[in-house]
Amino acid sequence: MSARDLDERPLQFMGDLSHLEDHGHSHRSLTWWGMMGLICVEATALGLAVVAYLYLSTHEQQWPPAYLLPDPGWGTAFTVIVLLSFVPNMLLDKRAQQEKLGPVRLWIVVMTVIGFILVVIRYFEFRSMHVAWSDSAYGSAVIVLLGLHTVHLVTDLYDSIVLVVLMFTRHGDTGRRYVDVAENAIYWNFVIYVWVPIYVVLYFVPRWL
Amino acid sequence: MSAQSPSLDGEWLDESATRQRLEKTWDDAPGLWGALTTLDHKRVGLRYIVTAFGFFGLAGVAAFVMRLQLAHAENDLVGPDLYNQLFTMHGSTMMFLFAVPIMQAVGIYFVPLMVGTRAISFPRLLAFSYWIYLFGGLLLWTAFFLNIGPDAGWFAYVPLSGPQYSPGKRVDIWAQMITYTELSSIAVAVSTIATIFKQRAPGMALNRVPLFVWAILVMSFMVLFAMPSVMIGSSFLIMDRLVGTHFFNPAEGGDALLWQHLFWFFGHPEVYIIFIPALGMVSSIVQTFSRRPVFGYPLMVLSLIATSLFAFGLWVHHMFATGLPRLGNSFYTAASMVIAIPTGIQIFGWIATVWLGKPRFTTPFLFIIGFIVVFVIGGLTGVMLASVPLDLQVHDTYFVVAHFHYVLIGGGVFPLLGAVYYWFPKITGRLLDERLGKLNFWLFFIGFNVTFFPMHYLGLAGMPRRVYTYSSGLGWDGLNLLATGGAVLIAISLLLLAFNIVRSLRSGAAAGANPWDADTLEWATSSPPLSFNFTHIPLVTGSHPLWDSERLHVMRGLRLDERELVLTTVLDAQPDLREPSVPPSIWPFLAAIAVGTMFVTSIFSPWAVIVGAIPIAITLTAWFWPKSAAEEEIEQ
Repeated sequence: MSARDLDERPLQFMGDLSHLEDHGHSHRSLTWWGMMGLICVEATALGLAVVAYLYLSTHEQQWPPAYLLPDPGWGTAFTVIVLLSFVPNMLLDKRAQQEKLGPVRLWIVVMTVIGFILVVIRYFEFRSMHVAWSDSAYGSAVIVLLGLHTVHLVTDLYDSIVLVVLMFTRHGDTGRRYVDVAENAIYWNFVIYVWVPIYVVLYFVPRWL
Repeated sequence: MSAQSPSLDGEWLDESATRQRLEKTWDDAPGLWGALTTLDHKRVGLRYIVTAFGFFGLAGVAAFVMRLQLAHAENDLVGPDLYNQLFTMHGSTMMFLFAVPIMQAVGIYFVPLMVGTRAISFPRLLAFSYWIYLFGGLLLWTAFFLNIGPDAGWFAYVPLSGPQYSPGKRVDIWAQMITYTELSSIAVAVSTIATIFKQRAPGMALNRVPLFVWAILVMSFMVLFAMPSVMIGSSFLIMDRLVGTHFFNPAEGGDALLWQHLFWFFGHPEVYIIFIPALGMVSSIVQTFSRRPVFGYPLMVLSLIATSLFAFGLWVHHMFATGLPRLGNSFYTAASMVIAIPTGIQIFGWIATVWLGKPRFTTPFLFIIGFIVVFVIGGLTGVMLASVPLDLQVHDTYFVVAHFHYVLIGGGVFPLLGAVYYWFPKITGRLLDERLGKLNFWLFFIGFNVTFFPMHYLGLAGMPRRVYTYSSGLGWDGLNLLATGGAVLIAISLLLLAFNIVRSLRSGAAAGANPWDADTLEWATSSPPLSFNFTHIPLVTGSHPLWDSERLHVMRGLRLDERELVLTTVLDAQPDLREPSVPPSIWPFLAAIAVGTMFVTSIFSPWAVIVGAIPIAITLTAWFWPKSAAEEEIEQ
């Protein structure tokens, strides 16, 4: 390339940026906006999967067609724990915004343990649906809906593990790491909220229809 | 006021010393390593542009071969199987590998420049997205050259594309190409939205944002909500084909129309995802060459937003022939007609701008006039097709082919070619030749109309889409030959454009920073821009920074020895934070290879999804792992 020339206009300095802080939480940070974009995409995908489930349900006389209803036990246990996890998650978010190393270490470990427990419960939940994806369109919709949520669960668990490792190394006590922890807490809130409609659809729609 | 620190920019350092230090911080490593690790939005954006035009060429050749085959009745240049592949490749490539990526690419290159920042948000995500896009395109075209190209049409309707009627790997390749390109498109949208919301130059409040940037913002939001639909759909399709789910299998409670709903809930917004950025290009070019602000700025912005919202309520008009409830049809007819209103508002806005300004009839401006003429014709047939009785008559005929080429080429390619002539000097530092440009325009304009206008009549005379040949004596012969003649003109005009580009790269006239006397910030920096875009971050005090003042207003105080950005508030663009921007990294490239490998191998075994997750997790972790020394220094 050639013809690279300099700016032609005279400059006029109008102000100073050096006093600005070098990180901020919530919507002041870029990461938050990236997270929101991701959440929009994933909420749309999950919403469409729910719509597909409901759309398919209108094509059957009986729903579920000729299969046992899902056992609500494991699913309800999952729901209770995931809803309760809102409390430690909120504490983690707050402590991260206050940039307090000790409590952040504590609560990120607690959240990781909760994530592990939920993955184990999810395994049993799959079995309690009493249907395989290859049985019918109902089975396909159920397993894929549960599977999509599980992908989010496992992703956040993996994120949390990486953050646990980081928080116990010299990378931990820095402003940007606290921003990462707080954004991960927002993502976990998303995993909690989207579960509620999926729970209703998977366990109650078959009973109401 | 800050201390006069040598590590910050400001009047205490002379300009060339400031630039030298910024170059040391922002320039890429030389050679292949630099090319694989670069995070410069201009390099990545240019790569996207060149790659997308490459796919445009391939899809154009596919179209040209189809036109040759249809030049006369009972031609035997290509057989039915290759013809099926050709129209599938043409449509899929134009929509997924050319039209959407090229619009996003122009945004990638110019949005950070137009909003006055040093880098795009999430540059590693952007770098990753390019490699994913490239791998998806290569997968599709490699398959085609191995004679396993998809052949079920660009919208791959089930049951034709299902496991029963399309055995083999052809449709799987199509479905995975969708996954690649939509993933990359979503990644670009997230980067772009964050850049526009948080990285605008101080003072560039939302009501001072250039209309092109508004258009890219609106389009990026559409991508977030439209692309998941086709990803869900293509995932269902590939699962039906590979692991025996039954989403689209009526024998087991599935439904073929579910595919059409999922596809068109994406597919209709897709049209506007292509069209809205083009509207932004039109506004930029009209404003510059009329030498006055676009008439009715608030209405122009609201029209863009209204178009994007209506676009999500129209998809069923692609399905009028499927026998849906009549009440639903009426709703979608009304919605399809309503969307013409915001577009009409914008067209009147541009006409008013030209009317009130002092137009200069340069090549970019000619393409915009071509756009208005061609697009209005396409819009009129669009309103016609929104009516169910007419739609049922001409469904799947060449009338529809004529309509969507008028809106897509008229609404997308004409503004894009105008944009090529308009922004080429900024990207390369050299002007394209005007005489060749005008010839290029007239050949393209005439060739386009000669090719596609007769198709309106062919459709009304009953010629169906997607037939590889036809019998003579149906009254279609002459017009088909004429259309093929038009295609020759289009081909010549595009070769002329290629020649003009190559010649100008070697010996075009030097452009200078602002050859068109335009008003937006990309023209405030050198051509081509330096790796850090601006030596000092601009301060914006009006809607037209380069017209409002002879001087360039700037801010001091960003670091020279680290990559640093200024973040501003969303509405008023008040300076809020200084945030570091990440250094170059090989990990996005490696992560793209890991993800790409997983997608390809998953066509052959579902276990690839599980096994492939491991290298993906490793590469992504390495990507996000903090770089200790540099980062700790910033923290202090």
